[in-house]
Amino acid sequence: MNAAAGAPVRIAPAVRSHRLAETLARFRGLAIAAVILIVFGATSIKNPSFAHSTSIQEILTGAALFILLAVGETVVIVTRNVDLSVGSTLGLSAFEVGQLYTHHPHTSVAVALLVGIAIGAACGAVIGLITTVARVPSLVVTLAALYIIRGYVNVIGSGIQIEPSSVPTSFQSIGYSSILGVPWLFVIVIAVALVAAYGMRTFRAGRELYAIGSNPEAAALAGIPVARRVFGAFVISGALAGLGGALFLAEYATVDATGGSGYELLVVAAVVVGGVAIFGGSGNVIGAALGAILLQVINQSLVAVRVSPFWDSAIAGALLLAAIAFDRLLSTRATRAMRAKGGATYVE
Amino acid sequence: MPQRADGAPDAEDASHAVDAGRGPDPARPGAAPVLAVEHAQKSFGAVQALVDGSIELYAGEAHGLVGENGAGKSTLVKVLAGVHLPEGGRMLIGGQETVLRNPAASLDAGIAVIYQEPTLFPDLSVAENIFMGRQPRRSLRRIDRASMERQVRAVLDRLGVRLDPWRATRGLSIADQQIIEIAKALTLEARVIVMDEPTAALSAAEVARLFRVIEALRQDGAAILFISHRLDEVFASCQRITVMRDGRWVLTSLAGDLTPDDLVRAMVGRDLVEREAGAAAELGEPVLRVERLTREGTFVDVSFEVRAGEIVALAGLVGAGRSEVARAIFGVDRYDAGSVTIGGRPLKRGSPTAAMEAGIGLVPEDRRQHGLVMDESLERNIALASLYRLARHGLIPAHASRLFAADWAQRLQIKYGRLTDPVLNLSGGNQQKVVLAKWLSRKPTVLIVDEPTRGIDVGTKAEVHRLLVALAGDGVAVLMISSELPEVLRLADRILVLREGRLVAELAHDEATEEAVIGAAAGLVSAVPA
Repeated sequence: MNAAAGAPVRIAPAVRSHRLAETLARFRGLAIAAVILIVFGATSIKNPSFAHSTSIQEILTGAALFILLAVGETVVIVTRNVDLSVGSTLGLSAFEVGQLYTHHPHTSVAVALLVGIAIGAACGAVIGLITTVARVPSLVVTLAALYIIRGYVNVIGSGIQIEPSSVPTSFQSIGYSSILGVPWLFVIVIAVALVAAYGMRTFRAGRELYAIGSNPEAAALAGIPVARRVFGAFVISGALAGLGGALFLAEYATVDATGGSGYELLVVAAVVVGGVAIFGGSGNVIGAALGAILLQVINQSLVAVRVSPFWDSAIAGALLLAAIAFDRLLSTRATRAMRAKGGATYVE
Repeated sequence: MPQRADGAPDAEDASHAVDAGRGPDPARPGAAPVLAVEHAQKSFGAVQALVDGSIELYAGEAHGLVGENGAGKSTLVKVLAGVHLPEGGRMLIGGQETVLRNPAASLDAGIAVIYQEPTLFPDLSVAENIFMGRQPRRSLRRIDRASMERQVRAVLDRLGVRLDPWRATRGLSIADQQIIEIAKALTLEARVIVMDEPTAALSAAEVARLFRVIEALRQDGAAILFISHRLDEVFASCQRITVMRDGRWVLTSLAGDLTPDDLVRAMVGRDLVEREAGAAAELGEPVLRVERLTREGTFVDVSFEVRAGEIVALAGLVGAGRSEVARAIFGVDRYDAGSVTIGGRPLKRGSPTAAMEAGIGLVPEDRRQHGLVMDESLERNIALASLYRLARHGLIPAHASRLFAADWAQRLQIKYGRLTDPVLNLSGGNQQKVVLAKWLSRKPTVLIVDEPTRGIDVGTKAEVHRLLVALAGDGVAVLMISSELPEVLRLADRILVLREGRLVAELAHDEATEEAVIGAAAGLVSAVPA
């Protein structure tokens, strides 16, 4: 029989792939969620007051900005790039929106948020241009941006602190009021994360981000506009950092030139803990968001069990190593499982 | 009319042949080619990769494109793929003059290119790989996964393949990956399918299956451009053949009007003198002795020796453990039991440094990954294994390494622009020569070569063969791993056959036949002497 001549061949249903490694990889999110619950439960046993809605609210509010930044960072890292500028961009946006309110106290909440987003998107656009047009590795470009933007904020913000009195309560209420016990801040952030997760799964542009990170050369050969997509990823990351800046102001009502310092590495850590491959191609926004929540839960747990909070970063680092070791183990297992499963079978 | 290919056509012959070959195709009167490239040019810096690239493809033909490495085939392919924009000449697609500015334009024009190394996204599923960049969409421009799955199943069906559309492509064999590329071409409804060395990494059964697919595609009216170094494959699958040399079109002819010798002459531009090896020189003392070498799960109880001046081949199927034995000897991998001695002295296990000091050189299977630093210059790559010898007071004088590299580049007749050019820009055959130069310059007493001629052209292959024979003549003990039986049979004084990690046969040059080696490798005959 000439197999390719179009003779109808019934294809057996897809081989179910219930290998442990694959299943784990697919349910990475569930695994992190389980760890979050375990840490939360253990802490509650040690300190029963921890299992209270206020501490949950605190965790969610504290995690919100990191989730937002982690979403943007995921979009970038999936393309085999990295954005180290998000902390500085957030700081710039927070400070500028504060200045806006100082000079124009009656600005509406929506306009203030949009200004924050626009500032961040502009930063992201410049970074994206330099990365794609001049072909400078994003690690270098965004590291430079980290310092340049922070330096600029230091210059314009030297000696100035935005005071809560100049931020209207309507804007501040995003930070403290809640709906059905869930802080508004968190609602906004979760909405962004869900939209991003859906978009990256459902639209061509989203899938193309993964393709670029998985094999950049093949992406170009498949006709994907690689530069445009990478540029877009940086604009999204910048815009979300800008939105984060406005929300930072709403949450704390006060900001100086150091707002958001050091966030970038925590965000990268959260993303990697959340199962996004540091060299691109796989992982998703939901995992990254859960990674951010996990780091936050650990942070608050340490306070609750009265461990010095200085341990926080050491534990975050250990967690990062554990996550990467877990990934290595998983990927070697998965590759082996894939091989063992064999490839195609041919109807001769 | 097809151009006669006896003798080596020189430049004048070639230009004459252009006229002869450009008329309506005798086999298809009146039919217009689906794709024609006329006098395309392309240069990279000082190197003119394509001087006069021309080809005509007709619907329903499989067209072979052959030439030595550096003949410009790959550049021509990249022109068709929209990767390179040619500097001169023109391209006609379906009779319309067309300029392919980028890969997307080429795909839109119905040209699908399948590269030697499939260009897939390992993290993404089979279906996504097939449809990347052009997924079917439903309302609101959302990707229609159901339709994607249906189409993928249909096309795999047509190819006679069972494969889960949603499994990631990581871990698939090269043959399976190629099937995915072909499925991609089918969903594109490509009018022209270009296959660049598709069989280089395939087993015989996989090659046979690929040929059936090519034949079916051809009968469905696609034009196939098939590029291969294996001339028998070209004759077996193609109706017409085009030869390129030094960036120029040399001839196009019906396959039936050519003999393999004609083809080789046209490719090389001179007659090949195949030197018979095996009629070995005086054999010296055993230099490399391997005793009961075992690495759990990989190979067991492997014992053999190689004498000075002898070429010993390790044959066997892919996965039989041949490269693994070589890597263990060289110290890249550890082994669990057994010993390796060089010139009577035991070799420390697991130490490539000790192996190099003992005089072993290893030319690895995958030259891009393991043999070369691709971004580095010719000079640095050649000098890499000899840095200690070149150093003066711990520093390496620039002129010393340059002279050293130039000397060896010349001895191996490496074709290059400048010594400072990255090896990335060299053709496959020349890259292999750089790896050889790197090790030969250390004057090894034992040289292990793993697939020394994979993916390199006939001319360079013959040079590599001559080189190995000459080395043996100089008293070097050569251990060769090769999947190409003719090469093994011609060059080796002795052939050791591995099957599933065990040494199952040892054949002297005179008693070795293709049947005997294949039989032992596949387990069709019982083990010969222990």
